[in-house]
Amino acid sequence: MNEKRSNPLDIDGQHFNSNIYLEKLFKENSLKQIMDHEGDIVKDTQTLHSDMQTLVYENYNKFISATDTIKKMKTDFKKMETEMDLLASNMESITSFSDQISSTLCDTRHQISKLSGVHSLLKRLQFLFKLPATLKARMEENNYKQAVSDYMHAQRVLQQYGNMPSFQGIQSDCDVILKELKTELRKQFSNSEASAKDLAESVDLLLQLEEPAKELCTEFLNCADKRLSDQLVLLRDQSEQRDITEFVDLGCNGFLSDLCLVVASFHDMFINRVHGDSIENSEIFENFSATEMNTFIVQKMNKYFELMRNKVDLEQDVGDTSVLVRALDRFYRRVQAMNTMCSNADFSSIGSDIVVNAGKKQAKAHLQALKQYFAEGITKVRQKLSQKIIPQEESTKNLNELLNSLIMTTVEKVKGVLQDLVAFIQPDINFGQKSVFRDSFCIDNVREGLIVCFIHHITATARNFCTNNVSDPKIPPTLLLVLSKYCLYFQNNSVHYLLSQTDELFNINPKSSSALTTEAELCTSMEESAQELLNYFVRIQGLNISQMLRKSVETRDWLHTIEPRTVRAVMKRVVEDIAAIDGTVALLYEDQGTTTEHSSDSSRKTHSISVSRHQYRSNWSTYTPNHMDSTLVSNMHKLFSERIEIFSTVEPNKISILTGIIKISLKTFMECVRLKTFSKYGLQQIQVDTHYLQLYLWRFVADENLVHFLLDEILGSTVHRCLEPVLMEPSVVDIICERG
Amino acid sequence: MDQENSVIYGLEFQARVLTPQWAETEKIRFFIGTQSLKQAKNQVHLVEFDEENSTLKNLVYYHSFGEIWKLNSSPIHANLLSSCYNAVDNENITCTKQTSILKVPEAGDVDQIESLEVQNNFQIADGEDIITNEFHPSDENKCITVMGNQVDLWDISEMNAKNVLSMNMENKSNSKYIAGKWNPHQNCNQFTTATETHLKTYDIRSGQLAWHIDSCHAQLLRDLDFNLNKQYHLATCGDDGCIKIWDFRQTNQPVYSRSDHSHWVWCVRFNPFHDQLLLSASSDARVLISCAASVSSEIANDTNISDYSADLTESKQVLQDGPLQWSEHEDSVYCAEWSHAEPWVFASLSYDGRLLISRVKKSLKYQIML
Repeated sequence: MNEKRSNPLDIDGQHFNSNIYLEKLFKENSLKQIMDHEGDIVKDTQTLHSDMQTLVYENYNKFISATDTIKKMKTDFKKMETEMDLLASNMESITSFSDQISSTLCDTRHQISKLSGVHSLLKRLQFLFKLPATLKARMEENNYKQAVSDYMHAQRVLQQYGNMPSFQGIQSDCDVILKELKTELRKQFSNSEASAKDLAESVDLLLQLEEPAKELCTEFLNCADKRLSDQLVLLRDQSEQRDITEFVDLGCNGFLSDLCLVVASFHDMFINRVHGDSIENSEIFENFSATEMNTFIVQKMNKYFELMRNKVDLEQDVGDTSVLVRALDRFYRRVQAMNTMCSNADFSSIGSDIVVNAGKKQAKAHLQALKQYFAEGITKVRQKLSQKIIPQEESTKNLNELLNSLIMTTVEKVKGVLQDLVAFIQPDINFGQKSVFRDSFCIDNVREGLIVCFIHHITATARNFCTNNVSDPKIPPTLLLVLSKYCLYFQNNSVHYLLSQTDELFNINPKSSSALTTEAELCTSMEESAQELLNYFVRIQGLNISQMLRKSVETRDWLHTIEPRTVRAVMKRVVEDIAAIDGTVALLYEDQGTTTEHSSDSSRKTHSISVSRHQYRSNWSTYTPNHMDSTLVSNMHKLFSERIEIFSTVEPNKISILTGIIKISLKTFMECVRLKTFSKYGLQQIQVDTHYLQLYLWRFVADENLVHFLLDEILGSTVHRCLEPVLMEPSVVDIICERG
Repeated sequence: MDQENSVIYGLEFQARVLTPQWAETEKIRFFIGTQSLKQAKNQVHLVEFDEENSTLKNLVYYHSFGEIWKLNSSPIHANLLSSCYNAVDNENITCTKQTSILKVPEAGDVDQIESLEVQNNFQIADGEDIITNEFHPSDENKCITVMGNQVDLWDISEMNAKNVLSMNMENKSNSKYIAGKWNPHQNCNQFTTATETHLKTYDIRSGQLAWHIDSCHAQLLRDLDFNLNKQYHLATCGDDGCIKIWDFRQTNQPVYSRSDHSHWVWCVRFNPFHDQLLLSASSDARVLISCAASVSSEIANDTNISDYSADLTESKQVLQDGPLQWSEHEDSVYCAEWSHAEPWVFASLSYDGRLLISRVKKSLKYQIML
């Protein structure tokens, strides 16, 4: 930069060196260029010169005008100096005048101020004299507040001059009026129509008049007590007519807000206020009033809670849960707010107790309703089943429909109930978020108390059908079947569904608590009930058929019967009944039994019959020629066959059910036959009958050998019981059976 | 059950009747009657059980009158039996039910099978179904026959029994008598019968109905037995597979009820000495001893004597009600009886002609005795 600035080549610069510049110019440029450059420089020099001339000229002019102005100013200043001197002399004369005036007016001013002092004193005295009258007037207007403030105003003066005789009259007058005023104010306490606010005002006034605070406090509480008691009585009277929302509103707006007001004014008046007055007493008094107040509040609240409890207890019907919940919520919030009022009582816990109770009640009521609903459902199904004179096709559809509708309606109903109860733990419900409530409500009341209980109720009801109604023949056996399927369905689907639904809705973690009834437990009991019902169904149906067989054997005179021409009608009836049962069972239960011996296609059917007939014949032919062998044969048979449990447990499938029924029936048949004595034709009749059963029963059972075996036993027993054991030609038996 | 606990006696014929020899109190003896239409001579077997050696001794008598449906032994005379039998007329191919009191002949020639002799004849119309012929428990001259729809009291002091009194079902329904028993208490003036599912008891002095329990069982009632040691208590069993004990002073519900069998129960017996033991036979081919300690007479006694033997009753633990011991047969068991000589021995007879004489398990025995 420096170099640049001190560049000797810069023609406009400070350090311009013409020689160097020229030297450079000559060195670097051509002649022509030098000549041009020279021209330029000359031209530049000329313009610079003329510029300088004009500048000098302009500045000269300005100089001349400045000189003129300075000259003019000099003359003006001189004139001003003289005028200022004049002004100073005038001011001096004014000061002297004013001094003169003020000295003359001084006396008068003193007099005036004295007069005005006297005036104000007189005015005050007048007020004092007028005080009794004004107080009276105020009293008449019931404007107690003004009266008190008037009195307070005058009191100080009265106290000061009270010993003067002229004022004593006024004082006594005032005292009388004041006493009156006080009694008037006290009267307000007992006035039932006065609002709490009025009361508070009265107390405030009395306190201002320096009434003893303790006394007032008790009096005030007494009065408030009376008023609140009235409110409670009103509440009690109303509790039966109003619904819960109205009741809670009434309680909140009436009783609770009054109580709040009382408490607030009490605090303002007695506890906070006393501080100022007499410091040495204040602490004692504060303690006293605070305890007084607390006991008062607790007492009142307890009464209120009792009323509330009763009301909640009265809410019997399931009704509208959301209404109840809203009412309870309002109540609970209010009570929680109350909690701040009283230091040593926990209203909110009592309040939450009440709410918990209400929740419990609601859950119970729902449970009751569910139970009733379930019972009604069963009754309905029962009625439909008993009036079942509908064609087969229709009844098939009906049965499934019945079952499904029973399941669906139950599940839906339970779901509805759950939805209804969820209202209790909505996020906007205050108590619903409290863990005290949530724990007991969600787990104890809803899950265990309602859902689990209801499921237990279902199983218990189901079992009831099996146990104590042995003598009740009116229960349609199909009902048992439907119920057992119902239980099975519950075991497989609904129990899980309902529990998970509950857990989800109520945020229960089933793994967290061991006290919870597990799903598996419920499922097992459902399964057991289903099994019991099924066993019972088999017993009942077996019994019905047994009865028919027993009667048919017992009532006939087997010694004097004619040669069999047809299958006895009873046997046809038995087969028909079993087929009917099969039809019914097939509607509800799968066919999936382990059918070891046969398949259902028709070609196989005829085959299997012919095969079985061969066995049949070969087996029994031994009876005819040599009777003694027969015992051997049957004993051999027994050795190799397993013991047959007659009333055994059945599996939940069609084949097993039917097998159970047939077993019971055939065993009965055998026992009955053993009690009779047969003629030749009697035996042959049994032969025809058993063959007929043989033809038709195998298809219903899992193991057709079982039927063969039982029928063998029957015929074997008959042979034993026959006076003249001659069997019929198997071909004839065949013909008879096919014809019949 | 375990082999050492029971002894098997096999018959060649089917049989459904068994009775202990009531009047015999020294030896463990049972009578069995065979039931065979084919055999010309049915038999009565007298089986004696030697407990010490676990051996059997048997005597066979011919019962040539017909197949035996019911056999009772006299409680007074050891050699008297009452039999209800089906007399077959082979020519007309027909049969009739009859009853008579038979005398067991004195032991004579061992090699020869002797026949039973008729002691008393009963004149009963043909076609009547004779259920049982019951000796009076204490009066040797009286017995009662139960027929399908009539109960007759007989004087058997003479060869031909005299019908003293007849009692009929009041209602003329089709129901029939199934069983009958003397009430051993109250001077033996009552006779109880079973019909359908009901119990009907007659006072034999007047022939009037004394008391009745309706619908004892859900299905047919098969048998009944009185508790010898406790008045008013009787056991019933039936086709519903239940065993019940009733106090007939309060008939609305049984004092004890169990259903442990899986088929019809044909026979129920109180142990004559320890009445908490109930023996029952069922067509599920099982014989069961069950415990009814809660209603047994021993409990009642205990409470009475507990004043001076308090520590004794304390040490004795009461057995739980329920099944105690099973015996298995191959065929339906229609009869099971306690021995009247030895409290811990019982016999059961299955239809295939197999007699099982068994003992009560030792552990049980000690539990009851100690």
